[in-house]
Amino acid sequence: MLVHSRAGKWATWAVFLLLFVPLFAVPLLVILAASLATHWSGAFPSGPTVERYAAATSGDSLQALTTSLVTAVTASVLALTLGGWAALAAASLRTRGKRFLDALFILPVAVPSVVVGLAVLVAYSKPPVLLNGTRWIVILAHTVLVTAFAYQSVAAAVRRLDPMYEQAAAGLGASPARVLWRVRLPLLLPSLTSAAGLCFALSMGELSATMMLYPPDWTPLPVQIFAATDRGSLFTGAALAVVLMTTTLLVLAAVSRIRTRASYR
Amino acid sequence: MTATTGTARTGAAVTATAAAPARSRTVPAWVWALPPVAVLALAFLYPLTLVVQQSFTPDEGGLSLDPYAEVFASASFRDALTTTVWLALGSTAGCLVLGFVLALVIAFVPFPGGKAVARFVDVFLSFPSFLITLALLFIYGSVGMANGLWTGATGAADGPFHFLTTPWGVLLAEITYFTPFVMRPLLAAFSQLDTGQLEVASSLGAGPVRIIRRVILPEALPALAAGGSLVLVMCLNEFGIVLFTGAKGVTTLPMLVYSKAILESDYAAACVVAVVNIAISVGLYSLYRVVSRRAGA
Repeated sequence: MLVHSRAGKWATWAVFLLLFVPLFAVPLLVILAASLATHWSGAFPSGPTVERYAAATSGDSLQALTTSLVTAVTASVLALTLGGWAALAAASLRTRGKRFLDALFILPVAVPSVVVGLAVLVAYSKPPVLLNGTRWIVILAHTVLVTAFAYQSVAAAVRRLDPMYEQAAAGLGASPARVLWRVRLPLLLPSLTSAAGLCFALSMGELSATMMLYPPDWTPLPVQIFAATDRGSLFTGAALAVVLMTTTLLVLAAVSRIRTRASYR
Repeated sequence: MTATTGTARTGAAVTATAAAPARSRTVPAWVWALPPVAVLALAFLYPLTLVVQQSFTPDEGGLSLDPYAEVFASASFRDALTTTVWLALGSTAGCLVLGFVLALVIAFVPFPGGKAVARFVDVFLSFPSFLITLALLFIYGSVGMANGLWTGATGAADGPFHFLTTPWGVLLAEITYFTPFVMRPLLAAFSQLDTGQLEVASSLGAGPVRIIRRVILPEALPALAAGGSLVLVMCLNEFGIVLFTGAKGVTTLPMLVYSKAILESDYAAACVVAVVNIAISVGLYSLYRVVSRRAGA
């Protein structure tokens, strides 16, 4: 539409590929290739091997994966409950209350995640609530960090909700609890599941706050990847990274299946 | 603690007086907002106030501005501040230019597979940032591809690529990782642009450059502003990319918070840096909210 000549179009596409492929496609391919290589210091990796995957899916690494999964699922469920509740409560408030809740629940995005980690560390390393050294401090920090995203996506969906349905249900005599449970939540289900996917992906890759907080017996996968690359085992790090990406994508795909089934209801 | 929940309650109470008459028979609406606000206050606002409090408390105890004076006077803090700001500004500028060009091609010079590229960008967003640095280590690292090719071809003992442990390596990684955050709002804005406008401009004799400058750019400005300020805030707060380069020479504010708190156990100084970092990024993020609301995003 913008470029009409054939030569011009091909030139534009060539520039696009020259920018896009090295910047975005190559890094992911390089990680994938490196995770399968024994050695790489030329144009191409040498010696295909799956040994690293054997190592990446057993022992400490397997434990790191389950740690990440448990943390991400728990944090997503908590964040969805907290953020979804707040978004639904905000919808029934007038302008000022809504704006106040908006600002409050979006604040964790603006605060650097390292600082969220520091704050949680400072607050819960001393009585009355001593969480430092337990897995709960990591889960708490992840929940705080992803709640903002859960709130934002649910709030956006609530705004788009057609009020006719709930008014009709209420007019037919349904109690507010019944309207919420049988009308609003089912209508919100697609956005709730996509918010859950977002929270899960963010929590799976969270490194900044986790580095401040993790106890030795609760090391999530990103920390394990950093530990591997920091001691020079780049290839192990790459295999772990592929495990992380695959798990995230699999869960996201599963979550989006729920969404498509819900939208037929 | 009581102070934060106190302000939260009064804030909700203000709105309650407005909402109460409509629902006088049941529980007022603001009561339902209290539990999540209370949880957030306990999990997030209370820790945050402790950080601010600790930043005014030197090791000897008492309440003073000494920690601030000490940190502001240190060269490492001033270095970190300038590095953080110029890296964030440079990355944002790079992301805006690159994101604009790429989104322009996807939207207005469509090619087969363009949809797949747009979906790839979405997938890219769900990966953590440090993967980019990890990949760059394989490509440009001291024993990576590029240096290996060079030493193989010339027989030299050492390759020419050492920029990865300098700020330039961080800049490259940040531009790569954050460009999709600019492309997404731009693609959304372009999809709403009436292509008839482009056809009219084109049939009136305007060249592509002129069309971009006079028709597309004005339409894209709100999306560019919103995406750009979001990326600016995220770059200011980026930690994983800097940590993974393993460069001693590149220290940003989040990195300084980490090294002061975890490596040196100097919590007062870490809290001071944290407060500065919060001030900068919350200020910029509020600006982003205002801009994106104006843009109708």
